[in-house]
Amino acid sequence: MEHITLLIGIVIVTALVFDFTNGFHDTANAMATTISTGALKPKVAVAMSAVLNLVGAFLSVEVAKTISGGIIDESAGIRPEIIFAGLVGAIVWNLLTWLAGLPSSSSHALFGGLIGATIVSVGFDAVNADKVVMKVLIPAVAAPIVAGLAAWCATRLTYRLARGRDERDTAKGYRAGQIASAALVSLAHGTNDAQKTMGVITLALVAGGVVAPHSDPPMWVIVSAGLAIALGTYLGGWRIIQTLGKGLTDIKPAQGFAAQTGAATVILASSHIGFALSTTQVCSGSIMGAGLGRKGGVVRWSTAGRMVMAWGLTLPAAGLVAGGAALLADQGDWGVGAVAVLGLGVSAAIWLASRRKPVTHDDLDSRDAVADAEPAGVVTAALQAVAPPPAGPLAPAASSSPEAGRAPAAAAAS
Amino acid sequence: MHIDWAALGQVFGVSLVVTVGLVGIFTLGIMGTAPRTGGSADAAAGTGALARSGAYACFALCAAAVGYGIYLIVA
Repeated sequence: MEHITLLIGIVIVTALVFDFTNGFHDTANAMATTISTGALKPKVAVAMSAVLNLVGAFLSVEVAKTISGGIIDESAGIRPEIIFAGLVGAIVWNLLTWLAGLPSSSSHALFGGLIGATIVSVGFDAVNADKVVMKVLIPAVAAPIVAGLAAWCATRLTYRLARGRDERDTAKGYRAGQIASAALVSLAHGTNDAQKTMGVITLALVAGGVVAPHSDPPMWVIVSAGLAIALGTYLGGWRIIQTLGKGLTDIKPAQGFAAQTGAATVILASSHIGFALSTTQVCSGSIMGAGLGRKGGVVRWSTAGRMVMAWGLTLPAAGLVAGGAALLADQGDWGVGAVAVLGLGVSAAIWLASRRKPVTHDDLDSRDAVADAEPAGVVTAALQAVAPPPAGPLAPAASSSPEAGRAPAAAAAS
Repeated sequence: MHIDWAALGQVFGVSLVVTVGLVGIFTLGIMGTAPRTGGSADAAAGTGALARSGAYACFALCAAAVGYGIYLIVA
């Protein structure tokens, strides 16, 4: 840890802040349906996810090595200021989408930020357009389709197999399976996303001449990146969890299991075969697929539409913010300072805005009971109209989510 | 521009087969072990010892798949 200038220090801190936002932005991927089906209590779910993210961060450094040498041409003169501007853009976009409760890809925000900042201060030549299309655009389109279809087929199959069985009898088994799948998603997320931050910090260290190019991230980088993502995960992005777990569709234990297993499979298959798909899009897609797979299941397309719009905007929006930041940061030390102050100001403003209508885990817990009790009338009515009873629960079964803790609340609500 | 359709197709195929297979096997496991409280039409296939051991075999398969998943993450 020698010769770390103030600027590099700022970049490292910013990268860790990004890692933190990445953590709480993406908790929902692994845990949203796990929480909404009642497989795990909200706090337990995020704690488990945090631990697995931390463990995942230590498992491998393969991803960290590639991020610094892929989309952006390092030899074209990447300076710490550019990385700093890119990170600020990514953080701002992550916070904005969190405020709106929309799951968007943190990796795309990071790529967008870095691309925008690079274009502004180095030029278009330093960005590998081919790699952008290959690694960002195609996966973004393909991920929800692949995951959605897999989860849809799996949901159909599991409902067909479990025909004639009471949902209450099978729910326990499905929940157990879902916890295992969610754990795999969390672990994979830790190995992927914590490493992206490690890669960025290493990139900054390389750019500042602290470590040699193409070297492994130092140990303290791995530890701090792992801790930052775990802390973010533990605090939990309850807004996004609410959208994915409840807003997009109504998830029952069987669907949650199918969705989560589909997500875990697609993530592992894609990273293993070498066609990396974005975790966020995979998880959202599989949840929608599972939602459609149940007879009488509905997907709220307006929410889905807003989500898809956020996906499309992520890259350019983060790039735009980062580009502006890069323009300012290039002015010298005062510019970097101004970007830092502005970034802090915007973050504080977003946080204040979020306090007006906070969404906490208690909220999620109690809303669970209410949401289970109230729309159940609509849902079960639709179910009975559309599908024969074995496909779904009968009216009383629908409102019974048999957690001991929630039972009184549900009773009070109904 | 070169798009690796083969890899994408492979991801698609593998994901679909593995997801459906795992969910199917796990569901069979649940069927074999879950208690029958609800009135069911096909009561003939009761939870005998055979069904039970078959269910455990299903769960073992799923556990193996999870283990392989962890191996993929670590490797």
